[in-house]
Amino acid sequence: MRFSPARSALLLLALATPVAAQERPLAWTGARIYPIAGEPIADGVLVVHQGKIVAVGAAGSVTVPAGAEVRALPPGKVILPGLVDSHSHIGGAQGGDGSGALHPEVRVLDALDARHASIQRAQAGGITTANVMPGSGHLISGQTLYLKLRDGRIIDDLLIRLADGSPAGGLKMANGTNPMRATSGPFPGTRAKAAAMVRDQFIKAQEYQAKVARAKGDPEKLPARDLGLEMIGEALAGRRIVQFHSHRHDDILTALRLRQEFGFKMVLHHVSEAWKVAPEIAAAGVPASAIVLDSPGGKLETRDLSFESPAALEKAGAEVGLHSDDPVIDSRHFLRSAAIAVRAGMSRPAALRAVTLANAKMLGLDDRVGTLAAGKDADFIVLSGDPFSVYTQVEETWIEGRRVFNLSDPVDRTFALGGPGAGDPRRTPLCCYTSAWDIILAANGALQQ
Amino acid sequence: MNRATRLALLLLLAPAAASAAMPLAIQAGVLYPVSGPPVRDALILIRDGRITFVGPAADRMISADHQIISAAVVTPGLIDGRATVGLSGLLNQPHDQDMLERSAPVQPELRAIDAYNGGDPLVAWVRSLGVTTVNTGHSPGALVSGQTMVVKTSGGARDREVLQPAAFITAALGGAGVNRAEGKAPGTRAKAIALLRSELIKAQEYVRKRALTDETKRPARDLRLEALGRALDGSQRLLITVHKAPDILAALRLAKEFNLQIVLDGCADAPLVLEEIRAAGFPVIIHPTMARAGDDTENLAMDTAAKLAAAGIPFTLQSGYESYVPKTRVVLFEAAVAAGRGLGLERALASVTLDAARILGVADRIGTVEVGKDADLALFDGDPFEYTTHVTATVINGELFRDGPR
Repeated sequence: MRFSPARSALLLLALATPVAAQERPLAWTGARIYPIAGEPIADGVLVVHQGKIVAVGAAGSVTVPAGAEVRALPPGKVILPGLVDSHSHIGGAQGGDGSGALHPEVRVLDALDARHASIQRAQAGGITTANVMPGSGHLISGQTLYLKLRDGRIIDDLLIRLADGSPAGGLKMANGTNPMRATSGPFPGTRAKAAAMVRDQFIKAQEYQAKVARAKGDPEKLPARDLGLEMIGEALAGRRIVQFHSHRHDDILTALRLRQEFGFKMVLHHVSEAWKVAPEIAAAGVPASAIVLDSPGGKLETRDLSFESPAALEKAGAEVGLHSDDPVIDSRHFLRSAAIAVRAGMSRPAALRAVTLANAKMLGLDDRVGTLAAGKDADFIVLSGDPFSVYTQVEETWIEGRRVFNLSDPVDRTFALGGPGAGDPRRTPLCCYTSAWDIILAANGALQQ
Repeated sequence: MNRATRLALLLLLAPAAASAAMPLAIQAGVLYPVSGPPVRDALILIRDGRITFVGPAADRMISADHQIISAAVVTPGLIDGRATVGLSGLLNQPHDQDMLERSAPVQPELRAIDAYNGGDPLVAWVRSLGVTTVNTGHSPGALVSGQTMVVKTSGGARDREVLQPAAFITAALGGAGVNRAEGKAPGTRAKAIALLRSELIKAQEYVRKRALTDETKRPARDLRLEALGRALDGSQRLLITVHKAPDILAALRLAKEFNLQIVLDGCADAPLVLEEIRAAGFPVIIHPTMARAGDDTENLAMDTAAKLAAAGIPFTLQSGYESYVPKTRVVLFEAAVAAGRGLGLERALASVTLDAARILGVADRIGTVEVGKDADLALFDGDPFEYTTHVTATVINGELFRDGPR
């Protein structure tokens, strides 16, 4: 998409002022607030306005603006930043097909349904930002998408736009047994072959980049456009983070080796055997997003999966995140993963960070989400009690100052607990068929005429 | 190797028998005996695999031969109402997957005990999380897939570990009972019911003819029809996996036609047909509370247990069958979600102990902490269902297992 200066200005305007987001400031009082950016606040105040956080602090230390709508919560409630899930497949995600093992040109964007029930269930689980990925059956299965789980009509309503207007996302890669589908044809039959195929492709992308650079914009000298190599080039240039699926300890080391050779930004995912190589992961400075499953096994490379991996990574000094891998773990049980990590020795602050700030960093979005601090997006959740208790429920989920989930609403309650209707796509009232993006598109159309 | 050396080696390798196990004294900050209200500062004495004393610690001295173990919270060992551990192994490779035989749609003669591997790591895994007994066996995936057994998780299938070698015959209606392969029967729900009715009628005929006084007119023994015959006379109950409301009603219709004793398994749509289930009087083994919703299970809910409890329908919970990851669920965790979504601690605990024992027909031996019962306990360092609590040990037939703390 080409952007005229007028369009870009409009876009920035639209991003700066989300449509219909709170005219009046909103102040929450009486809750225990975990800002993640700082120590927990026993009696906290959170003020949000026009989609952003205005102030967070202890009662008495924060001035509630005149005219603010004050919501005094009963004792025992907890406010956390909106949860960030660094690895999810909600929305009907799809990636590459069986025709090859390398699909960097495939976009998960082209498969997603903004009204998919899984997105509403994720809202009910307190997730406000998610990295939606294609699957792991390929060495490169495609481009991932970082979504805000706004109540959208079309997928564009959920996108996080970069400064140039392009949707934010990563590049999904995998090693180990998932992409080793066959001993012949386009898929690798061994681990060494898998690594060689990836190295080969990254070298091609380097050469492609060099040709583009040498051409200096001269159409005569530019190489034929290659969508896949272009996309790997984005990873090589650090504009797109490689989100790398890896279970076994030796596969994790292979991923670290590839990163060292080509210098891309990388996040390790699943890391079932991280407890065996936690010091190496920490020393490489590569963040790791772990999965917490209720039992080991299910495939050979998760035989040694342990509840203790997140704790081991924390102790080694690595940046540790957690993810749902929804549908592997239902998004509604995402906080539970943090609690099970605590059960296996992770500290409470690290476990909360693992479902908020750590994941935000892994997506390069920590300037906007992952903590409660002035200037950040007004993404937060209200819990009925302690974040790690089985008896606690997510009561409300807010994104950019708008409530997207309310447990006391009967329809939302169905998405939280299940029952008939919990699998239905989101219904949008006719009156609400507008969004920031609709207005941008309409304005663009008007400008062109 | 001479004979004496071999004998010595055998003795060394032999697992420690419960009869040889040291008597145990379990001190509990809080004991949930389930047979009665919680007891603070309780003592449980165990000898020869059985509970010999339960009561306030102040009421009884501990004799010197007991090994003393303390725990913040003690409950009966947890019971998994419907599992596949021991048949569906950890590695998920062809050699360790014995939960489903696809060669024919109706094979009630397949016994769980002929496939159960108590040494699979997943058996130890669920034990490490408080589960001391499982109703395990053949999975859904065929119209009649086989049988289950009720077995302790102590690692083997020795007599004292097996409570019921042939507990249930496992059937599945709806999506899990039909074969979607082109040209294979049963390919539809209605065809599945027709096939099962035909088989049960054959079994009625078989049972009648086997009882003929004229031996020459008796048919040759047929393991398949014999097993269905046991379902017909109620000596082996049918565990029917059903999720959609029409399939639940079909199961009830079948039970009525053949006067079958059944247990409903799964039942994602149970809240839609609560009245019919209650009227029929059959218990329910509810799907895992954290199971993935979709297809037949699209309506499953985390608060179904609370709804069944409110309706007065006997129920328990299960780990179920998982084809991928996690390879098994854990009934402790499934009950925890039920506890947190309306059922509450004590009711959830009862559902996976005493209620499960009653539904499985083994309440004379397990399910509560009472004198005379098998010494099966789960030890915790806090609320059993809190995510951050640990299982510190389990006791099975008086034998102490420290797999954790986990």
